[in-house]
Amino acid sequence: MTLLAVDNLTVTLNTVRGPARAVRNLSFELEKGQTLGIVGESGCGKSLTALAIMGLLPENGWADGTVKLAGENLLTYSEDQMCQVRGNRIGMVFQEPMTSLNPLHTVGRQIAEAMRLHRGVNKAEARTEVLRLLDMVGIPEPTKRINSYPHQLSGGQRQRVMIAMALSCGPELLIADEPTTALDVTIQKQILDLIRNLIEDLGMAMILISHNLGVIYQNVQDVIVMYGGARVESGPTHDVFANLSHPYSQGLFEAVPQIDDTKASRRRLRTIPGTVPELADLPAGCTFQDRCDYVTDACRPTQPPVVQIAAGHNVACLHVDAARKQWAAR
Amino acid sequence: MSVFLAKRFVTFIATLLGATVLTFLALEILPGDPASVILGIDAPQSAVDALRDRLGLDRPILERYFDWLEDIVTLRFGVSYTYSTPVLELVRARLAITFPLAILAMLLSAFVAFGLGVFAASRHNRPGDVTVMGISQLGISVPNFWLALLLILLFAVQLRWFSSGGFPGWHNGVWPAFKALILPAIALATVQGAILARFTRSAVLETMREDYVRTARAKGLSRRATLWRHVLRNAMIPVITIMGLQFANLLAGTIVVEEVFAMPGLGRLILQAISNRDVIVVRDVVLMLAAFVVFINFVVDVLYAVIDPRLKPHDV
Repeated sequence: MTLLAVDNLTVTLNTVRGPARAVRNLSFELEKGQTLGIVGESGCGKSLTALAIMGLLPENGWADGTVKLAGENLLTYSEDQMCQVRGNRIGMVFQEPMTSLNPLHTVGRQIAEAMRLHRGVNKAEARTEVLRLLDMVGIPEPTKRINSYPHQLSGGQRQRVMIAMALSCGPELLIADEPTTALDVTIQKQILDLIRNLIEDLGMAMILISHNLGVIYQNVQDVIVMYGGARVESGPTHDVFANLSHPYSQGLFEAVPQIDDTKASRRRLRTIPGTVPELADLPAGCTFQDRCDYVTDACRPTQPPVVQIAAGHNVACLHVDAARKQWAAR
Repeated sequence: MSVFLAKRFVTFIATLLGATVLTFLALEILPGDPASVILGIDAPQSAVDALRDRLGLDRPILERYFDWLEDIVTLRFGVSYTYSTPVLELVRARLAITFPLAILAMLLSAFVAFGLGVFAASRHNRPGDVTVMGISQLGISVPNFWLALLLILLFAVQLRWFSSGGFPGWHNGVWPAFKALILPAIALATVQGAILARFTRSAVLETMREDYVRTARAKGLSRRATLWRHVLRNAMIPVITIMGLQFANLLAGTIVVEEVFAMPGLGRLILQAISNRDVIVVRDVVLMLAAFVVFINFVVDVLYAVIDPRLKPHDV
């Protein structure tokens, strides 16, 4: 059975400039043990998608559509029911390990909290579990660190604590929202390796959210590229990266410096012209129209159709053929 | 003892020293010669001069200041001109009223403010929040002496639940004495509590936006559990700061409120001492109050270290 089925998810935020559709008609499915990456720049709706699944949207926002976890629509769940899901069946790791831990509680207490809540374990059992988790996420001297406060740990260690916390109740799904963005590159790799290995060992599904194409490429089976709240391209990670087909995905890739000795690496680094449009006044039709090299009048009135170009590889673009041809010839 | 506490202790002493200078200077520039005030305007000049000599008023200012400092350090407080009683003895009797009054007012304001502030924050922008904020705005706007008069009119004159003033003393039983403190404490606590309630609300609201609060919610904690376990203790840090600062206002407020309720407390003692130019009483009592306020702020600093592990140097 499909673990997570998101269908036609739309997240609307009430802003001073009127309602803004920050996520538009997003659909995807996730099987048990499958890993999915969501990539896109700031404000593309990737974090709001995660928060919508968790039922933790900001007060001025709401979600429409369905988010089914093992067949049950979470969007119809009451707050009490959602509290049973969060931290228990879905674990989440956030971006900022510096501010995502309570500075006044020991890390041991913070890791134990979810288990005490969902598993009803007593203090001694929780302690044993916390020590096991700290060891599992690679924190040295767990018996000493269990009583540490967050400020006594490094950024990488704090993120390990966050991971231990998210995994403490053995969730079916882990959502990692930019888990390494705030860390140094060397630590980033350690944390991503840790997450990937734990996911494999524990058989969990994962949604990894990142703006970093490299992070996505190396760590997930499937990928969704989002722009302006909408999915523009999706498919198996290797297929998508081998055949980038949406002008936005291509632009995103072109903006990453390449360090190898091929023709592509000696070209000038390209950027995508323009800036991300304001969510409150997104254009009708394709959200990327104002920044796209291939734009024609046909792109403006209606959202582009989703074209399947290979098994599971979908692109939402009217000019996908032209874009692919150009990309192959570059 | 940690470096943190040692630093705070040095600040404590320095602040007190500053307070002695200010107090002494303020009394120096106060118009009116104590000797002529004590003896009255008809006193012969020779008598005034003799008294000035006895009080040491004709000696140089620095000499008098350091004499006073020496007296304080060795805990030899002066003797009042007007009462001919040692200051310490005067203070001890008054403190039995003012100290419980200040504590009662502080507790009252803290309880009401925490309750209302947290209630309002948890109902942000909803009717409960708006109502509480409206009431607190009213509380802030009412001067305490006027509120004291209103309380007397309603509870003492109309309803006759309390007496309109005076203090029976603790020797006549705890309840009557406590009862006499209730109305003045309410008058004092209202403004403080209203300000503190607003502060508590905004501190709680601000803390609720922190990332770790979202983490707590992502663990499956309910809103209420998150508020109690993760928000309140973090929000207390700024609230305690304000409480410490408010304590000085509270003591100043006792001066006015004790006058309205005709309570022979420390505030009233100062007021009378000032009008009698009883310099020795004024400066010693003001310094004691200053020491008390600084001490309370020292306690607040120590409380920070208790609440916030980041302020505890571990291996020093």
